[in-house]
Amino acid sequence: MRLVAVTSCPTGIAHTYMAAEALEQAGRAAGHEIQVETQGAAGATPLPPEVIAAADAVIFGVDVEVRDRYRFEGKPIVQVPVKKAISDAAAIIEQAVEAARNAPAPEPAGGAAPTGAPRGPALASKVTSDAGTATRVRQWLMTGVSYMIPFVAAGGILIALSFMLAQAVSGKQGAIDVTKISIDTVAQHFDATSGMHWAALLFWIGKTSFNFLVPALAGFIAFAIADRPGIVPGFVGGSLAVTVGAGFLGGIAAGFLGGFVALWLARRAVPKAVRGVMPVVVIPLVATLLTGAIMLVVLGRPLKWVSDELKRGLDGMSGTNLVILGIVLGLMMAFDMGGPVNKVAYTFATAGLQTAATSTGADTALKIMATVMAAGMTPPLGLALATRLRPSLFTEPERENGNAAWLLGASFITEGAIPFAAGDPLRVIPSLMVGSGVTGGLVMAFGSTLRAPHGGLWVTPLIGGVFPYLIALVLGTVITALVVVTLKQLGRRPLETVTAGEPLAAA
Amino acid sequence: MTALILNDLVLLDLDADDRTEVTRRLAERLAAAGRVTDLDGFLADVRAREEQMPTGLPGGIGIPHARSAFVTAPTLGFARVPKGVDWGAEDGPATLVFLIAAPEGGGSEHLTILAALARRLIHASFRDALMAAPDEAAVVAVITREVTP
Repeated sequence: MRLVAVTSCPTGIAHTYMAAEALEQAGRAAGHEIQVETQGAAGATPLPPEVIAAADAVIFGVDVEVRDRYRFEGKPIVQVPVKKAISDAAAIIEQAVEAARNAPAPEPAGGAAPTGAPRGPALASKVTSDAGTATRVRQWLMTGVSYMIPFVAAGGILIALSFMLAQAVSGKQGAIDVTKISIDTVAQHFDATSGMHWAALLFWIGKTSFNFLVPALAGFIAFAIADRPGIVPGFVGGSLAVTVGAGFLGGIAAGFLGGFVALWLARRAVPKAVRGVMPVVVIPLVATLLTGAIMLVVLGRPLKWVSDELKRGLDGMSGTNLVILGIVLGLMMAFDMGGPVNKVAYTFATAGLQTAATSTGADTALKIMATVMAAGMTPPLGLALATRLRPSLFTEPERENGNAAWLLGASFITEGAIPFAAGDPLRVIPSLMVGSGVTGGLVMAFGSTLRAPHGGLWVTPLIGGVFPYLIALVLGTVITALVVVTLKQLGRRPLETVTAGEPLAAA
Repeated sequence: MTALILNDLVLLDLDADDRTEVTRRLAERLAAAGRVTDLDGFLADVRAREEQMPTGLPGGIGIPHARSAFVTAPTLGFARVPKGVDWGAEDGPATLVFLIAAPEGGGSEHLTILAALARRLIHASFRDALMAAPDEAAVVAVITREVTP
């Protein structure tokens, strides 16, 4: 029979190890395989998830809370005080064997089928506890990003497909009209013969999937930091970041905030009677309350203030040098890829569209729209190109995301760049800003115009001055890719030692 | 790395009335050897652990221990108490006492020596060898030989 055990004691220097040795001796004497995780002062090496998955029963010989107890969920568990594990190890082993025999519906053998927590433990083990601070911050971010990517892919591609279909069905205006079909229309009056209704269906599913992007990022950053207790405060904090207009940067902030609040709460010493309800009720409740309150009351106002100030600055500038405005808008579009700064520039452009129909200064508003759209397309396009130019500089999930980024960029979904930026913000964001700034300045200089608020390449027929526009787009894409590749190569050496160290530390 | 145990940290044929006295006699040796900087402070830390739950274990052993800011290096003090003192174990008094002193801070790697010591305590052969050791040097030899991180 396969057994795993965790031992721990208040001081962590004596009983923890005595109990481990006693259980190992007794287990082997009785002919079982046993592996023990000692959660003592000399540091704990977590049991590999596949060993836990393959175990028939679990023994906790503990006087303090088992760290990361969720890993053992769904297994038959025998829990005894640590002294009992030392003095009666043989009897405890016998109890565990008994518990395994009486367990309902045994899990399929082999490590492939994790119980209870789907993939969670495997991903959490990506974070190495004794790595340096910078490495751990990166690992937390990457955990969040790896859970976010499926939302970006599903949502973004559905939206792009929606635009393509609408374009095919209704011509030029299709990609604009489809966003005007309400979700109620789709739900209540769906017409299976209408191509536009199918497009709207895709659009709303995609948009809904997109709404999970920032909460999932925040939730799983918090998960990486604090394990399962972090998920709720992270998700709620991330959702609030969206509500207050803090975008994906706010989501990262919410993830760290929720994670550390949950971690701090989980490490509180609490009376034994309360311990049982801590992970189920107390930690989610208190951590979510604290994280949500801070996101709303403390962080919400400064973020809104920053957005308002930026908007005011933009309004004051529009009369002066339009090329500079184009560069600034380009920088803003790339800065946070769908976050508040990006949204300020985008809102500035679309707000102008509404006045363009009546005002005589219509040209400027339409140029701004063209500028903003082109500058918002180069970040994903440039990164997609970069993953093709130098695949070795990117991780496997990033390369896969690069394929999706072509479509996302072509559809003016700047968020397609977020997975790259979240994993390596200091190199990726400046690169995106350079490319978008160039594109923005050029489109403004060429004087291309656009009447559609959205749609990417699919609304190309609506663009006035289309050839210079496309030249500016291609130039920005190429520049973005070249700068990303260059910066990634500059920072390559430290990155390599980090990745080389990870498997060692995790083993 | 400093040695886990020295001849001066071994007390054979100790005559003491209770576990407080045994602990103090051992701790005095640790202080004399420079392993403990504040005798009373260290004893208070050991007592705090002992009050949570006595550290006596079946087989006649007591393992008073603490992580303490007054400890300079991982150190073991060992005493044989032939008449035995009550250490809270169910099966009777302790005749072998291991005072384990761990420094409060510092990296975890040098605590692995104490983890290895704790694992050896389980083995009857280790306890028998200590019981049979003719003098302090023999005790130190047994422990140094058997306890390797």
